[in-house]
Amino acid sequence: MALLNFDEQLIPLDSWIQDAIDWLVYHFRDLFQSAKLPIEKMLNGFVWLFNAAPPSLIIGLLTLAAWRFAGKRVAVFTLLSLLVTGYLGMWEDTMVTLSMVICSVFFCALLGIPLGILSGRSDRFQMVLRPFLDAMQTTPAFVYLVPVVMLFSIGSVSGIIATIVFALPPIVRLTSLGIRQVHPELIEAALAFGGTPWQVLYRVQLPLALPSIMAGLNQTIMMSLSMVVIAALIGAGGLGGPVMQGLNTLDIGLAAIGGICIVLMAMILDRITQGLIREKR
Amino acid sequence: MESKAKITVEGVYKIFGSQPHKALAMLSSGQDKSRVFEKTGMTVGVCDASFTINEGEIFVIMGLSGSGKSTMVRLLNRLIEPSAGTIAIDGQEITGLSDKGLIELRRKKISMVFQSFALMPHLTILQNACFGLELAGCDREQGKKQALDALQRVGLETWADSYPKELSGGMQQRVGLARALAVNPEILLMDEAFSALDPLIRAEMQDELIKLQAQDQRTIVFISHDLDEAIRIGDRIAIMHDGRVVQVGTPEEILQNPANDYVQNFFRGVDPTQIISAGDMARKTQVTLIRHPGDGPRAGLQRLINHDRNYGYVLDKNGHYLGVVSDETLQNTLNQKIDDLTQAFLPDADAVRATDSMQDILPAITAHPWPVPVIDDNDKYRGVISRNLFLRTLQRTHEESSTEVLASVSQNEKEG
Repeated sequence: MALLNFDEQLIPLDSWIQDAIDWLVYHFRDLFQSAKLPIEKMLNGFVWLFNAAPPSLIIGLLTLAAWRFAGKRVAVFTLLSLLVTGYLGMWEDTMVTLSMVICSVFFCALLGIPLGILSGRSDRFQMVLRPFLDAMQTTPAFVYLVPVVMLFSIGSVSGIIATIVFALPPIVRLTSLGIRQVHPELIEAALAFGGTPWQVLYRVQLPLALPSIMAGLNQTIMMSLSMVVIAALIGAGGLGGPVMQGLNTLDIGLAAIGGICIVLMAMILDRITQGLIREKR
Repeated sequence: MESKAKITVEGVYKIFGSQPHKALAMLSSGQDKSRVFEKTGMTVGVCDASFTINEGEIFVIMGLSGSGKSTMVRLLNRLIEPSAGTIAIDGQEITGLSDKGLIELRRKKISMVFQSFALMPHLTILQNACFGLELAGCDREQGKKQALDALQRVGLETWADSYPKELSGGMQQRVGLARALAVNPEILLMDEAFSALDPLIRAEMQDELIKLQAQDQRTIVFISHDLDEAIRIGDRIAIMHDGRVVQVGTPEEILQNPANDYVQNFFRGVDPTQIISAGDMARKTQVTLIRHPGDGPRAGLQRLINHDRNYGYVLDKNGHYLGVVSDETLQNTLNQKIDDLTQAFLPDADAVRATDSMQDILPAITAHPWPVPVIDDNDKYRGVISRNLFLRTLQRTHEESSTEVLASVSQNEKEG
């Protein structure tokens, strides 16, 4: 019965992982540090932009976008929500969060759409990719926060990287789904008229997958926002800050207004992108 | 009769499966399609097909579903790769073409029309007509001109800026035809191009095709499962059965000397009452009443009187069949001051299914004086079959199945 003796740990996977991370940190930290440079530059740019621009301009632009893509009611809602955010004293944090969301969604799209296209066109690729996507979506963020910090050190950029890990799967999945949903006879028609594989992709598959890709983008945005608080654990700024601070000092009021602003932000971004999706259909 | 070979097909096989050579070996040792499937699980799509298609003719490949005709047409532009054999166009073997050569061939020489239309839903009608030209990298203005020209030829130039979903099935297939014509191909492949259209529109499209063909003498390969269609438009017909080409010839030749029993039976149409379904016959000739909540018998009766009919067919708002009323029953309910249409339903007015054969519906036709309603699988109303229509269909199919009459009909049509 030695085979079923579970009192002892037979596979010391935990220490292997520990060693692997240590090894990675020791040898490749510089590489990881330089890899975060583009994210850092972009984030800083947005933070500077959103805080340098007068709030009236930002409110005006977002309201305009809401009105253009999602109608009058959403525009009014956007206007009021942003005013409330400002009056609650959360304007600066909200702008930092907005920058972080834009950055992480940008990189999610940059990685996710090509991955989604590949997995939409190849069953084998999809089979390999799926367990990774499952892991990214279900592994508790706390598990990978520590290695992320060890490799990328604390701060907003690490927060964004953790967010990308969490928010990447939906856009990959929905891009793949969109590509797969294109009727095979349309692809056959494109081939019959002498389409190259590239032409089939960008003249038929991508345009027809666009609503699905947009839905993936929408999900990625929502998931990025839900990571804001967790990212604050590793020193990312923004609306997660007041929530964590409130949690640590049992200041329920502070945590609550941080939470409210996150929800309002989520609703605004959701309604605008939903409107965009409807327009594409 | 000029007969310059345009497409030559020689000993072509298509095996669907992982190890085609195994199946090929079995076939060449004389075993048949079902035996191959039993032993290896591989499907024989096309088996030892050899024929020649002449320049400028309409060549119809006819067969029932599963006969391999759709596979055959896709072998001609290599949407499906043949497992063995050679196909040559203008003497040039296309079976050995590189990817680049193949794309060139599809852009310049061959275009295709699909059963399901396969129009791009995100493009306008004009952009759809322009599709082939644009893939070929044609100059934008020139392409637009050519596409508009093609749309004009099928009578749809005014719809250029609409989207496919705004058009009816027949119109969509005209766009499919325009898309194929726009590249000015030498060869036009038409895969059951008119099968999805209803009979009237189908006949209209056939006429249109013949008219277009009279103008510019392309080589047309037309796939069909419809005998009428094949005889109507085909200069020559190839009959496929179980992946094999069993006979090739003009309609007259085949009618007079069928190569085997299969072909003969195909043309005789063993028993039309088994083949023609209620759905094929149903016509929307009767008055339908859509039932709205609160609608009473009075409005229904008024409609029957207006249309001078004795029976009305009651549907719900989604087109589902509910029952039949007659002027008498409506009058009765009114006399009894009942305000409910359902009280006026005739008893036993059951609908027949669209998939039922003539044989199946015979009892229903004879049992009641009113035309029998037909519903589809979703209980939607498809139309009615009157006794008169039933008898006329019976008579017509008997005429058509007698080969002499058929031959003379097709003769007349060619001359006329």
